[in-house]
Amino acid sequence: MSVKTPSKLEKILASGQLAVTSECGPPRGSDPEDITRKAELIKNHVDAINITDNQTSVTRMCSLAACIRLKLMGLEPVLQMVTRDRNRIAIQSDILGAASFDINNMLCLSGDHQSFGDCKLGQNVHDLDSIQLIQTVRMMRDEAKFLGGDDIKCPPKMFVGAAANPFADPFEIRVPRLAKKIAAGVEFIQTQCIYNLDKFEKWMEGVRERGLHEKVHILAGLTPMKSAGMARYMKNRVPGMDVPEELVKRLAGVPKEKQAQEGIDICIESIQRLKSVDGVHGFHVMAIEWEEKVPEIVERAGLYPRPTIDK
Amino acid sequence: MIVGQQKPLEEIWDMIKDHSRVLVFGCNTCVAVCQQGGNKEAEIIASLLRMKATQEGLDIEIKDGGIERQCEHEFFESATKSLEWADAVVSTACGIGVQFLAEKYESLPVYPGLNTTFLGAVEKFGVYTERCQACGQCVLGLTGGICPIARCAKRLMNGPCGGSTRGKCEINKDLDCAWQLIIDRLKAMDKMDNYEKIIPVKDWSSDRAGGPRKFVREDIQV
Ligand code: SF4
Ligand code: SF4
Repeated sequence: MSVKTPSKLEKILASGQLAVTSECGPPRGSDPEDITRKAELIKNHVDAINITDNQTSVTRMCSLAACIRLKLMGLEPVLQMVTRDRNRIAIQSDILGAASFDINNMLCLSGDHQSFGDCKLGQNVHDLDSIQLIQTVRMMRDEAKFLGGDDIKCPPKMFVGAAANPFADPFEIRVPRLAKKIAAGVEFIQTQCIYNLDKFEKWMEGVRERGLHEKVHILAGLTPMKSAGMARYMKNRVPGMDVPEELVKRLAGVPKEKQAQEGIDICIESIQRLKSVDGVHGFHVMAIEWEEKVPEIVERAGLYPRPTIDK
Repeated sequence: MIVGQQKPLEEIWDMIKDHSRVLVFGCNTCVAVCQQGGNKEAEIIASLLRMKATQEGLDIEIKDGGIERQCEHEFFESATKSLEWADAVVSTACGIGVQFLAEKYESLPVYPGLNTTFLGAVEKFGVYTERCQACGQCVLGLTGGICPIARCAKRLMNGPCGGSTRGKCEINKDLDCAWQLIIDRLKAMDKMDNYEKIIPVKDWSSDRAGGPRKFVREDIQV
């Protein structure tokens, strides 16, 4: 996989080193410090930082503006973009806008349904779906063409990512779905939070059987649990999430004030185990509103210091 | 067929209470199937409105009537007299019928008695579910005969999304995930290869997006 963009994330992955990414959710307000403060906490321990796009359909500061804040700090953002809120005009326009600030990574998503968020009564757009969004960015970058066929003068240099959820149903479609995203042109994948490691490894087996691990960089997604309550909630309430009962039990088995630490330990153990899975090229550590724990996780998992890349 | 749901009586009442000769006008085809806007239902709504008028002490004459279809000229003839009598009409047709009626009687206030809900099927008696959003370019041939536009909450053309759980959609445990249904059908037809064919960016110009649509057949016009 030769390097096609100035993305630092792409360079690290291409060099064969394990990449580490994390994410920050923008604030529900306009204070830029909410984002820069979070970024400060993790910047030395990750290669790139995803900025979520109105995650769970709750209205927040836009991902693009927050990504620009990271750029101003000299950091490497991953612009998350959902197809829920934008038609193809807005999508292409935002991509160009991001590229104009030298934002070089994008994560193409369809987005949670708006009924989960604060605008339940609103419309959704879904002019494109996530796979078509991948195709669109690749076309803009590689062919220097808009969807409408016109030429783009200075095409956006985006390293193109997408999500994969090995745990959603139907399971047998989960490898073919990755294949489809690869065929559409995706270059890196950040997975849904992994708690059921056996099932993830089974999915990776299917991925390797088809040689897909050689065509895309897979970053295993991890979110440390803060408590047994959180684990139970994720298990029962969050669609597409697979939290094994043993994990809930393990957290519930330690005193309340120690559950958070247990959650961190579990997360680190998971990374240790997944490091040896052929085809896993890095980790996406999503410590939701718990960014201060990312350094500990990265260090104890043996992923620190982060590589430096010549520009 | 077109499925509609009757509006709350209070809402209908608020629309008509300032008129003196009200006709509740049924449409006996699509919406009658789900027993919401047929001529029989128009009769019931009229009698409920009469009771309401009596309760409120208002002197409103309320009659009922109806035709086979309010979306075709030829059926209206039989109702000319009652439509000319009324100073307001509550049409219990779908939105199409309501508009068609309004177009015919320029100065007559016409109110909707139903909320037009969707294009659907009778799953069983009393259960109606959406099947089509009239996108104008049918893709059912690619998706195992199940519509990802009308039946996937995110109208994903290359789904399923990551929220599909045990066959159900992420937005509601009682709602089938369209993509689970598509995959089940593809499997049953031994056509799973179809799944990996990417459905390209859709041309929505034949959909609502392209503006109001029109279909003209020169060959059969008289
Ligand atoms: S693809 Fe379009 S025309 Fe076909 S069933 Fe779906 S919405 Fe209707
Ligand atoms: S769960 Fe299935 S039906 Fe619901 S939005 Fe996702 S793919 Fe569409």
